[in-house]
Amino acid sequence: MSPQRQYISGVLAILVSTVVFVIPFIFILLTALKDKKEASLRTFSWPTSFHIWDNLVQVIKARDYMLLTAFVNSTILTVASVALMVVFGAMVGFVLQRRPSIWTSIAGFFVLVGLIMPPAVVPTIWVLQSLGLFKTLHGMILIEVAYGLSFSILLFRAFVATIPRELDEAATIDGAGSLQLFFRIILPLLKPVVVTVIVVQSVAIFNDFTNPLYYLPGKQNVTVQLTLYNFQSMFDTSYNLLFTNVLLITIPPLIVFLFFNRQIVAGMTAGAVKG
Amino acid sequence: MTLATDAAAGRPSVPRRSIRTPYPTWFFLPAAVIYGVLFLFPTLASLFFSMTRWTLFNWTFIGFGNFIQFFNEPFLVGGLINTLIYATLTSGLKVVLGLLFGVLLTSEIWARDYLRSVVFFPVLVSTVGVGITFTVLMHPTEGLINESLALIGVRGPGWLTDPRLALISVALVDVWKGVGLATVIYIAGIVSIPRDYYEAARIDGTNSMQRFWNITLPLARPATVTVVLLSLIGGLRSFDLIWSMTRGGPGFTSDVIASVIYKQYQAGFYGLSTAGNVVLFILVALIIVPLSIFLNSREVSR
Repeated sequence: MSPQRQYISGVLAILVSTVVFVIPFIFILLTALKDKKEASLRTFSWPTSFHIWDNLVQVIKARDYMLLTAFVNSTILTVASVALMVVFGAMVGFVLQRRPSIWTSIAGFFVLVGLIMPPAVVPTIWVLQSLGLFKTLHGMILIEVAYGLSFSILLFRAFVATIPRELDEAATIDGAGSLQLFFRIILPLLKPVVVTVIVVQSVAIFNDFTNPLYYLPGKQNVTVQLTLYNFQSMFDTSYNLLFTNVLLITIPPLIVFLFFNRQIVAGMTAGAVKG
Repeated sequence: MTLATDAAAGRPSVPRRSIRTPYPTWFFLPAAVIYGVLFLFPTLASLFFSMTRWTLFNWTFIGFGNFIQFFNEPFLVGGLINTLIYATLTSGLKVVLGLLFGVLLTSEIWARDYLRSVVFFPVLVSTVGVGITFTVLMHPTEGLINESLALIGVRGPGWLTDPRLALISVALVDVWKGVGLATVIYIAGIVSIPRDYYEAARIDGTNSMQRFWNITLPLARPATVTVVLLSLIGGLRSFDLIWSMTRGGPGFTSDVIASVIYKQYQAGFYGLSTAGNVVLFILVALIIVPLSIFLNSREVSR
């Protein structure tokens, strides 16, 4: 490209991408700054006076501090399910890669099924109910693990392939059992992909709306995404509060994005370059 | 077990305990139990319960009654068709735009890192948040989109209120949110193409369009396969964006199978809801399995 064309296309790209991708976020921010009356106009304008603090207090206090409960629940859900997913997923990925046999190919098939197939909702509720896990955070954690395992296993399996087998053999000759080998040798070496799995799955689970909607109904169990959904009708006319809430739940992914952009992209593009 | 016997043959004197494979099958156990109980078993059970009238506590077997009802109710069949439209539209647009952005963002364009971040960030944002924001932006008279269009003298449509447009509008928002993922997948694919090919082609006197069609497009094929499959899988089971924007309305014009499943569940028709779920399984399997076999079989040799 000639320098002049490069200049023009660059400016054009920045302009178009800003209008299309950035303005909606600025709109969220501006509306969250306004008072109720001004926000109800839903215009893209600079606020005449700033009310972000009032809005924050009101949103947090709404419905008996529901948002705080939701943040606590979402945090527990995310941390617990990601932790289980990492350990169990890495164990499967390790053996899947190291020990090809008829059983591992069957397991591989189920991994793909889990990746592609949507879950059967009502029968899952039925199972949860008979186990006494329906409407409990424990049940929800296990559900997220079950749904997220497939993707984690695939990432782990691909990464285990890069760890030389000689390492396993050396550890085994030195007397390490399979548990020691896995937890003390392999898992520490998996650190980069562990970080990727943690980041990608945390964002997915934190943002999950559909599964808590089905499996975790009830006021005590509310998660962050559901508060937003509940407030949508409650704040029907209070756009300032609605958008303050949107702003609040956009902050965690923004922080993740700023610190872990590289790992997220690595995890999400894992399937793109084969052979 | 072959591994264990090999090891034993090599070192016959080691005690039995350490001959065991260091890769025990029981490592599958925790994952298998969770997956089996909470995913696989309900999936298999759904095949049975889709043929019942079901209250979660007891059931009456009614054969294919739910499926007959499903395919006789116009709005349920409409949900099926809408699912196909939605998945095809979002997947197609993500491929085209993702490839375009991918090529643009691997070229020597200004502010490349800014552009990549801006396009990718919506992928990480809550779908419900995006849905709520765009519902406000797409308001027929007071929304920012139509107000901006009015400034240049265009009368914007009722994006979410026009029955013919609602589904497409939601699909467009889906593309807005998801195109960043397609873009980074294409960027990874394009970056992995050896630079020498472009150099050689340039020496042969090709122009940039020819290089795109003959080098980038065929060699970015793994990326295309990934984007097509990922976005189709996502599109076919999409629920949260549609639910937060239109709830399937106006009427049933933007209902998809996933929202039908939720509505029937809410109404207490558990058997019918599960039948919808089975229809969704079959649809996903019928589209994704042959497509992935077809797409993966025609790998380009480098």
